Amino acid sequence: MNRDRWWKLQARAAPYLFVSPFLAVFCCFMLYPLSRSLLLSFHKTIGPRHSVFVGWSNYRYLLGHDRLFGLALLNTAAYTAAFLALQIPMSLGLALLLSSRRVRFRNLFRFSFFSSYLVGQVFVGVIFFQLFGPDGLINHIAGAVAGHRVVIPWLSSPNLAMPSVLIASLWLATGYGMVYFLAALQSVDPELYEAAEMDGAGNWQRFLHVTLPGIRPMLAYVVLVGAIGGFQLFELPFVLLQGAGPDARGLTVVMYLFIMGFNTGDLGYASAIGWMLVAILLTLTFIQFRFFRFRPEIGT
Amino acid sequence: MIRRLLLHLLLIALAAMAVLPFVWLICAAFKSTGDLLSSTLLPWGHLDRLTLDNFRLLGDQPFARWLVNSIFLSSLHTVLVVTLSSLGGFALAKYEFHGKRPIMLIMLGTMLLPSQVLVPGSYELMYHLHWIDSYLAIIVPGAVSAIGIILFRQAMLNVPDELLQCGRLDGCSELRLWWDIALPVVRPMIGAYTLLSFLAEWNSFLWPQIILQNEAKYTLPMGLNGLTGLPEFQHNYGIVMAATLVSILPVALLFFALQRDFISGLASGAVKG
Repeated sequence: MNRDRWWKLQARAAPYLFVSPFLAVFCCFMLYPLSRSLLLSFHKTIGPRHSVFVGWSNYRYLLGHDRLFGLALLNTAAYTAAFLALQIPMSLGLALLLSSRRVRFRNLFRFSFFSSYLVGQVFVGVIFFQLFGPDGLINHIAGAVAGHRVVIPWLSSPNLAMPSVLIASLWLATGYGMVYFLAALQSVDPELYEAAEMDGAGNWQRFLHVTLPGIRPMLAYVVLVGAIGGFQLFELPFVLLQGAGPDARGLTVVMYLFIMGFNTGDLGYASAIGWMLVAILLTLTFIQFRFFRFRPEIGT
Repeated sequence: MIRRLLLHLLLIALAAMAVLPFVWLICAAFKSTGDLLSSTLLPWGHLDRLTLDNFRLLGDQPFARWLVNSIFLSSLHTVLVVTLSSLGGFALAKYEFHGKRPIMLIMLGTMLLPSQVLVPGSYELMYHLHWIDSYLAIIVPGAVSAIGIILFRQAMLNVPDELLQCGRLDGCSELRLWWDIALPVVRPMIGAYTLLSFLAEWNSFLWPQIILQNEAKYTLPMGLNGLTGLPEFQHNYGIVMAATLVSILPVALLFFALQRDFISGLASGAVKG
């Protein structure tokens, strides 16, 4: 009898017990700091101990007067646009090549393209710091092409700093995008291709009218992930350029948050930068949902 | 036939480009200081000059310490986050209980927020808890992930209710149902998520860089970032390259162990229609 009641009790309490460790940590270390970040963004602080309420002035200053934030925003947006414009066609192109029935050793190729994704941004930064060096591999290759010794100041020239970051990040992420596109391409109904072929559609028309509609949800997903990741860019330029780079041309929004919060020590201002980032990312996500009429398949 | 050959030649060329930085890295790690700058990849004709010195010199750096720290933090993080996410995901998928819908909505809401916005508030909290320069500040908040619990909930929806009922009739406690029935069904998700969370912690930089101050507590990305900036390594970067190579190996090994789960997890779990 007693045992029976205990049994019923454990069945009833089980779901609560299962989510409670998660919820406890979640509330203390996610929701609470989140609300503190929101509050802090209306304060000016010196380290974690001293703060003064300043109302909206952090936001006003960020949007109206802070030239460095404007530069960070511009750098980050330009990087993200260039990244998407290059990564999407390259990843999709690789996936199309690899999805051909004629390809042998497909897994080996897929792994060679994907493997760079396993290397974290910091390690990629360390490797490319040397590759882009005055006597690095990339200048060697450029020299071999040009026929004489070439020293391109990749990391120290203001105009080349962000393109260098972009090259490194394309190396990191192209294979990753390819894996997603490959999965999507395999789920396109082969009968559609046969039907299109019978109607006399050429390669390009088949791509436009069968492939693209078939992979549209995945395309939307990869674009969204790329855009979100682009606006969160931090480690790669931070390591590769050892900071903000020449003329702060490698300064990104998150790097600025880090510098303001933990070098300058104004947690309030850093929080305000964080919420600006939230606003940007939510806007992007919203546009994406409207534009692609796409929703991640989550919920019941 | 010709087209097929061309296709493969193109793929080989592209794959060579993709792995070139790895090839260069491996070469650089085994070259002596004299050969580092003079030869692009390997000192052909003088292969006997290849050396293990870079790896030996790593011992003089606090590198071994950082490696141990990274392995410890990443492993503990992965075990905790997989356990808590799968338990929570099981409850959200297979039980009806009060507060389930609000929990789901809050998880989905926080999934959309970039983690960086948490950083100032978390730092302030860690300061008041006296967790600055402590691994607690990295392990405890990292033990939960909104994405993790949502992914596991999705996977756990596939656990057949009949199987759970059978288990109950056989006298299994609810915790046993999770361990003996639900977890085996979502095994591919466990593999994929183990790899993802290990990778994320192994490569994480911003938060440890803010929290950890004592060099003996550094993780590999922090340590290597520091070495890269030091002037004395500009002309002796073989050591840094050896360190980078060693830093990449553990994740590569884990990937090989879990790759089947990972690829199928990516393919099925990401998005549908």
